Amino acid sequence: MAKQPLSQEARSVLNSMVSRRAVLAGAGAVAGAGALAACGSGGNSASAKDTVRWGNWPLYLDVDDSGKKYPTLEAFKKQTGITVKYFEDYNDNDEFFGKVQAQLKLGKDIGYDLVCPTDWMAARWIRLGYTQKFDAANVPNKVNILDTLASPSFDPKRESSLTWQGIMGGFGWNTSKNPKGIRTLDDLFSPANKGKIVVLSEMRDTIGIILRSQGVSLATVTEDQFMNAVDFLAKKIADGWIRGVKGNEYAEDLTSGDATAVIGWSGDMFILKSENEGKFDFAIPESGGTISGDNMMIPSTVTAEAKVNTEKVINYYYEPAVAAEVAAYVNYVCPVKGAQAEMEKIDPKLAASEFIFPSAKTMANLSVFRSLTPAEETSWTEAFQKAAGN
Amino acid sequence: MKKISTPYLLLLPGMGFLFTFFLLPLFNLAQTSTQTPISGGDTGQNEQTWRFGNYVDAFVANKEQFSRSFIYATIATILALAIAYPLAYAIAFKGGKLKNFMLVLVVAPFFTSFLLRTIAWKQILGEEGFVVPTLRSLGIISQSTTLTSSAFAVVAGMTYNFLPFMTLPLYASIDRIDPRTLEASGDLYANGFTTFRKVTLPLSMPGVVAGTLLTFIPAAGDYVNASILGSPQTKMLGNVIESRYFKIVDYPTAAALSFTLMAAILILVTIYVRKAGTEELV
Repeated sequence: MAKQPLSQEARSVLNSMVSRRAVLAGAGAVAGAGALAACGSGGNSASAKDTVRWGNWPLYLDVDDSGKKYPTLEAFKKQTGITVKYFEDYNDNDEFFGKVQAQLKLGKDIGYDLVCPTDWMAARWIRLGYTQKFDAANVPNKVNILDTLASPSFDPKRESSLTWQGIMGGFGWNTSKNPKGIRTLDDLFSPANKGKIVVLSEMRDTIGIILRSQGVSLATVTEDQFMNAVDFLAKKIADGWIRGVKGNEYAEDLTSGDATAVIGWSGDMFILKSENEGKFDFAIPESGGTISGDNMMIPSTVTAEAKVNTEKVINYYYEPAVAAEVAAYVNYVCPVKGAQAEMEKIDPKLAASEFIFPSAKTMANLSVFRSLTPAEETSWTEAFQKAAGN
Repeated sequence: MKKISTPYLLLLPGMGFLFTFFLLPLFNLAQTSTQTPISGGDTGQNEQTWRFGNYVDAFVANKEQFSRSFIYATIATILALAIAYPLAYAIAFKGGKLKNFMLVLVVAPFFTSFLLRTIAWKQILGEEGFVVPTLRSLGIISQSTTLTSSAFAVVAGMTYNFLPFMTLPLYASIDRIDPRTLEASGDLYANGFTTFRKVTLPLSMPGVVAGTLLTFIPAAGDYVNASILGSPQTKMLGNVIESRYFKIVDYPTAAALSFTLMAAILILVTIYVRKAGTEELV
């Protein structure tokens, strides 16, 4: 799930490169297990004093016009003397995990002090003991996290993870083909959209939205309920309603006209909407949408000294003013309370945006997919992938 | 003593490379393919149980994508041959001074990334390209028919992407044909078609075999075209392996499928090469 305020073409190229690389990495993983994995972590040598190495998703932090400097990181350095080496190389949850897993297992430095896995992957890291708990004294701003995101089942007290950005899943559509908009699954599967619907390859969003429309709570969803929703999706695919199950390439399909309605992410749709005056729109389903997040976490391999510095970085980004600066650039749901007031000073229009600062009413209609056990994760993903033709 | 050891010494780097990057991984893959998940273990944790049933399960669960891979690859290979043969023939016999330039044109698409070329096809066949509106206004396809996300798009993408692999070997063997053999055929009262059937085609067979192999083998294992140009109903085995590997994190099934694909291709290729009977190639 890469979040990229890029042109659609560039974005799709990036995405495909990512998936191609992922497969190459996979071939390596089968190949020489230990030997190959050892050279997988790039050239980031062990953490120097007062340096934090941060691996994050591409285009997920405020950047200046030259594209080389990150204003908030520069300010952080001035304030604390800590240099953050920022790597935009967290391209894919599975790929990244595959890359560092062997070192985590052996307790060897993975080359990062701060990583950013999506909720379900964060759950796996925590489950396997690959993260460290924050020292609460070093992260006082933790209290600023939005209530909706404050107690996920994988880390109920947010002891070792804090949301970097929140991602809403809902309906996106072409306004000329869907003049009345899309609020329900029936609207989505209206005859006008037949064969031109794309849904997300992120199972928790696509199936989550179907489940909500079937009146199922995502906090307690059972295997039967899940499989029932997958059957619904499989039927829609078999009947030719859905042309693709994709990552953020769906945005390109919308702009090219190959897709007229999608289950998509708020950040992408925000960009589509603002770049194409009124041609596209996004809404949270009446029956409820999904919210998930990417999480700042400290790998278990980080030294005590580097951990303190990393905690300072995490704490810094939970200052409302800093969070607002980031949100003004990335357009995903800002997880920090008080950032909206700060945004007023930067851009009042953005401060009013439901995409970045969902109202309490919208928030109430969003839910988090519960954590799955490893066995569930395997069999549910398998069922979903099968429905998607894989 | 010295006479024997030199060739072996020369072989050493190649053998070492193949051993490290082909044989060892292959062995590893074989091992992985017979593992089963540790009960109560985390995602992707498996133990060696030598369960060969993995192969049967993997095959049965993905028959559809399996046959699709081979059908698409076969169609793409035939189409590529149909397009490349006249092309290679024209370059070899009628290219004249422009021969080298035309060959450069054949290879030119390679200067762009494989992915970009495939994504370009998405644009060409998409709603905003010129193909769809043209076909629609000619009434060849209905207003609601789209060309992307279809088997047509996947096969078209594969044909295009692998075309140079077909053209170059064909050119190489057609170019070697002595034009005097064609003249001789004419002198013996063979018409154009008979000359082609009895002289040109047999003499160019090494190129046909090499070209079809170079096209078919990567096409059968390809997943890029299906994932960029296809729909859930056109997924190929490569897509299944990718999803098993990275999404479901089911390494044994992914490994078993990879092996089955490899074996299937090997068997098909062996039969084909035997039938085609080109000693020159093998």
